[in-house]
Amino acid sequence: MEPLLKVENLKMYYETIRGYVKAVDDISFEMNKKEALGLAGESGCGKTSVALTILRLLPSNAKIVDGSVTLADEDIVKMSEKEVREKIRWKRISMIFQGAMNALHPTYTIGDQIVEAIVKHEDVSKGEAMERAGELLELVGMKRSRVKRYPHELSGGMKQRAMTAMALSCNPDLVIADEPTTALDVIVQAQVLKVMKELKDRLDLSIILISHDLSMIAETCNKVAIMYAGKIVEYGDIVPIFKEPLHPYTEKLISAFPSILGPKTELSSIRGFPPDLLQPPPGCRFHPRCPHATEICQREEPLLEKTGNEERAVACHLYGR
Amino acid sequence: MKDEATMEVQNLVKHFEIKLGFFKTLITKQAPVVHAVDNISFKIAKGEIFGLVGESGCGKTTTGRALVRLIEPTEGKIFFQGIDLASLSIEREVRKLRRKMQIIFQDPYESLNPRMSIFDIIAEPLRIQKIVEKEEEVHESVAKAMEDLDLIPPEEFMYRFPHELSGGQRQRVAVARAFVLKPEFLVADEPVSMLDASIRSAVLKLLLGLQKRLQTAFLYITHDIAISRHICDRIAVMYLGKIVEKGSTDDVIQKPLHPYTEALIAAVPVPDPTARRIEVVIKGEVPSAINPPPGCRFHTRCPHATEICRKKEPPLLKIEKNRYVACHLHGSSKNTES
Repeated sequence: MEPLLKVENLKMYYETIRGYVKAVDDISFEMNKKEALGLAGESGCGKTSVALTILRLLPSNAKIVDGSVTLADEDIVKMSEKEVREKIRWKRISMIFQGAMNALHPTYTIGDQIVEAIVKHEDVSKGEAMERAGELLELVGMKRSRVKRYPHELSGGMKQRAMTAMALSCNPDLVIADEPTTALDVIVQAQVLKVMKELKDRLDLSIILISHDLSMIAETCNKVAIMYAGKIVEYGDIVPIFKEPLHPYTEKLISAFPSILGPKTELSSIRGFPPDLLQPPPGCRFHPRCPHATEICQREEPLLEKTGNEERAVACHLYGR
Repeated sequence: MKDEATMEVQNLVKHFEIKLGFFKTLITKQAPVVHAVDNISFKIAKGEIFGLVGESGCGKTTTGRALVRLIEPTEGKIFFQGIDLASLSIEREVRKLRRKMQIIFQDPYESLNPRMSIFDIIAEPLRIQKIVEKEEEVHESVAKAMEDLDLIPPEEFMYRFPHELSGGQRQRVAVARAFVLKPEFLVADEPVSMLDASIRSAVLKLLLGLQKRLQTAFLYITHDIAISRHICDRIAVMYLGKIVEKGSTDDVIQKPLHPYTEALIAAVPVPDPTARRIEVVIKGEVPSAINPPPGCRFHTRCPHATEICRKKEPPLLKIEKNRYVACHLHGSSKNTES
């Protein structure tokens, strides 16, 4: 089957006075239709930058240095800004931004904001678009009448749902959700995740879920890519990765989560701090914090290599030697 | 441990009046009131970690602040080592007590003064309390406090400013500041909720290590019941200003009695893709604390609500030893106590 989205050797650097910040450094992955991919890692590991690069929503000091993002045989990296705006954004790929609290425009009603997204991308009248805005709100479990509300009149969970409705307004193939539930309470968070899972099945959506919270990804996604310092260190189906993580970083990250079920284990932590992406450490970028680091890890960078199983890949010297 | 509680709260109430505009005050008889905390009681023993768990707006932070007298309670009594906090009227007396009680705030990006160096931030309590006289001793205490929190070597961090540190490092500074006075009681208001999971546990470990060494009594405020399981000896679950369930952490989490506690536990995502968790049955969101629902405050969202829940407020009843719940479903035992 032809993959829906193919990211190959993507490199995106931010130019600063002190040098290049290598936020996305040689990243490759594929996504099939109806798949949900989790992009996990600590803050500053480049997961949001990957999303912004795919949608070409980059600030002026950012440069896509190398690589391609292929969606249905077309390379988004090579497109002009106009093409991306007309063909890709919102119509094929849409995004639910981090912090729905602040991502909505405070002086427009929810309906107006959804209508704007529809009218800009499709040839429909405002009345028809408003009708669809109402339907979309119902789809995410809100009352149709909420189209007339301003963001400040809604609670955090409702704003998050409204953002989700907006992301679905032009029937995209792929929705990128960037930390969609970070600022929400646990119960509301569970409600929002449930809505997203239902929508995925009902609308045959593909989802990229960006989160530092592995437990959330475990519940929603079927594939996961673990990122560290601008690189993917482990990639594959969700169950084997959680059951038997190959990379020491993945292992540490999973055990850092408190569980409500099962035996009470001591929470583990990862010593040290994430590296400075201006000057990432040589060799394996995780070696200063890795408990198993050997001499080769300091010298040579491990490549993301497929393991016996087709769908699984890991970048670690420990594996296979 | 039984007799002398470090902190005892009796029937604490805190209502915030809403300020109305001029014209509204003319037509409104009584200003609306936010019922932030409504009649809660608990005790914290020496060296005990007591958790307050609940969603945002349930009054847990208000309670924490009242306990260190950052806000005045509307009603009720707070005793710290047997001394009634409300009886202290002079700032000097309050300050003397503050040496023994400290608070760590949620957001390390806002709780540290951006214009003070890390050294000055940690040294400030020492200087205010005039605990150490000589500047060398201040230096020594600050360095020691930083070492306790793995900010090593202290000299490397001391002369930096908060913006030069990462979130995890900042929160360690906030913890060092709270512990530099060796407090006997500490309020930790979601101390790790702003941090990445990988850093979270490191900060928690340091915090708990210090707690154990100094036998500090803790009020640990969190919205994450999974974290409370790893930290607290006992927890109280709050909903809209009321304690709905209280007991030892293991009992409450393994055998929740109140439907709200059940929902909170079911809502925690499980870091295991093969585990099937219980469906969350709770609908909607927390109602407004200005007009809390009559009867049981949870009845608007409760899947088991009956007629009586809409009318009569359930008292917090003792079900077993050290186990309390406020729910009409568990009303068999009649020994009301707090």
